[in-house]
Amino acid sequence: MSAMFVNIDWYEIWLATLDTLLMLGGSLLFTVLLGLPLGVLLFLLGPRQLFAHRGAYAALSLVVNVLRSLPFIILLIVMIPFTVLVTGTSLGVAGAIPPLVVGATPFFARLVETALREVDRGIIEAVQSMGATTGQIIWNALLPEARPGIIAAVTVTAITLVSYTAMAGVVGAGGLGDLAIRFGYQRFQTDVMVVTVVLLLVLVQILQMLGDRLVVHFSRK
Amino acid sequence: MIEFQQVHKAYTVQGRQIPALQPTDLHVRRGEVFGLIGHSGAGKSTLLRLINRLEEPSGGRIIINGIEVTALDANGLRSFRRSVGMIFQHFNLLASKTVAENIAMPMKLAGGHGSADIAQRVRELLVRVGLSEHAQKYPAQLSGGQKQRVGIARALATGPDILLCDEATSALDPQTTAQVLQLLAEINRELGLTIVLITHEMDVIRRVCDRVGVMDGGVIVELGDVADVFLPPQHPTTISFVQESEDDDFVTDEDWQQVQGSIVRLTFLGESTYAPVLGRVARETGIDYSILAGRIGRIKDQPCGQLTVALSGSESQALAAREQLQAAGVTLEVIRA
Ligand SMILES: Nc1ncnc2c1ncn2[C@@H]1O[C@H](COP(=O)(O)OP(=O)(O)O)[C@@H](O)[C@H]1O
Ligand SMILES: [Mg+2]
Repeated sequence: MSAMFVNIDWYEIWLATLDTLLMLGGSLLFTVLLGLPLGVLLFLLGPRQLFAHRGAYAALSLVVNVLRSLPFIILLIVMIPFTVLVTGTSLGVAGAIPPLVVGATPFFARLVETALREVDRGIIEAVQSMGATTGQIIWNALLPEARPGIIAAVTVTAITLVSYTAMAGVVGAGGLGDLAIRFGYQRFQTDVMVVTVVLLLVLVQILQMLGDRLVVHFSRK
Repeated sequence: MIEFQQVHKAYTVQGRQIPALQPTDLHVRRGEVFGLIGHSGAGKSTLLRLINRLEEPSGGRIIINGIEVTALDANGLRSFRRSVGMIFQHFNLLASKTVAENIAMPMKLAGGHGSADIAQRVRELLVRVGLSEHAQKYPAQLSGGQKQRVGIARALATGPDILLCDEATSALDPQTTAQVLQLLAEINRELGLTIVLITHEMDVIRRVCDRVGVMDGGVIVELGDVADVFLPPQHPTTISFVQESEDDDFVTDEDWQQVQGSIVRLTFLGESTYAPVLGRVARETGIDYSILAGRIGRIKDQPCGQLTVALSGSESQALAAREQLQAAGVTLEVIRA
């Protein structure tokens, strides 16, 4: 048994897991903070919505699409000057978070827009007929009604971020993915590869399960 | 109470103007239940939604309670909307909120109500609509009729004086429809609310409305007291609704070719419905009658009935019979002389 894991330094693995969780937590937090308003804005500007505006919607849509079509690995490198500006470093966990956020925010915003579109128009009208302001419509009707969809969007985004963090090794961010590449792949330490991949799988499973449970809970069926 | 002055509405669809409501004058009286009936696409929802400006009119003026609604700015419109409740065909309840939270919503949005106030008001409303046990349930756990009751309680939360009902019973089965209509009639009676409802079902109009407008192609083609409009119907659209609501196949003149004598349709309204009028007239004039078709029903609180009868006898007997019937308050239409 122990012969199978000769190359493994469990302390190293623990540090890498911690890095992954930090990157995930930090980038998910900022992605939601930025992506939620962006998604709401996309929704409101969309065709036949409360602030329908063809030009503004097309422009915002284009920005989102451009960011989404950029491969994450390119984004990581292109963003280095900006990252240094924001965090003072382009290395480590802190250096990985800005590109992770920029990579995931447009994706998350689109998912939020889609979730909001699923809300029945009739509900918006009912709330309008009560004399609600636009802000009240968003806070008291749209967001609560779209909550299951938004939670599902957070889940998908978190899982996407887990795979992005693996690439963040390129900027020396550390984490499980980095370990897998440096030791497992480049030094042929298959046991390190297996352990890190299993840990990533467990993380993804936990995220998915948690997300699904919350969705069911808030669906109020 | 609600006054339309040359109000019209056209939707712009891909740059083209689609008229939905032709210039319309309308006066809905305080405290009445006013119904609009029409086939799908007639413009009923458009007219209803103009009242609280969920649709912006293309022209004309709408004056409600002395307020020119069409001239209100966004702020004015919001506070005006609190005096108008609305219920919908598909209820439009928030699935993410409990029954109590749904009912509390309009008060929360309006602001200025303490949470104890709101809780007290929600309790009262739950009692009124008979859902006290269901306060903590979510809409998905309720039946259609219960959902509409929540919708009604929610619409009443801010103490409006007008209630708009957009096909409020069209998604419900006949029995539930009857219960919801009864609740609406009760609210109209006890709270003095003015109700405007739209429907494509004759039965809804018959059960609760005081006055009715018949809509077709964006025009109110007939308007008046329910009994006057439907007994007997005049406009082709009105006639089609009456025919649709008759359970049995509509009988035509051809079916009565073998019948002797003249054929008349008698309409009884109010007291005369239950009075033994026909027998007395036959005895006194010596005329013979046979009943070809008939039904007895109600319009709101008033009994009414319609009988199609063949009268056989001499010319003078027939004339005397008609005069006596009319004198007894029976409306008489000659179907075949
Ligand atoms: N938002 C809209 N955009 C374009 N056309 C509409 C819209 N709402 C209604 N219409 C059209 O206006 C007409 C009247 O519709 P509506 O008032 O909904 O009728 P009803 O409620 O009697 O079925 C119909 O021809 C319908 O297609
Ligand atoms: Mg309609």
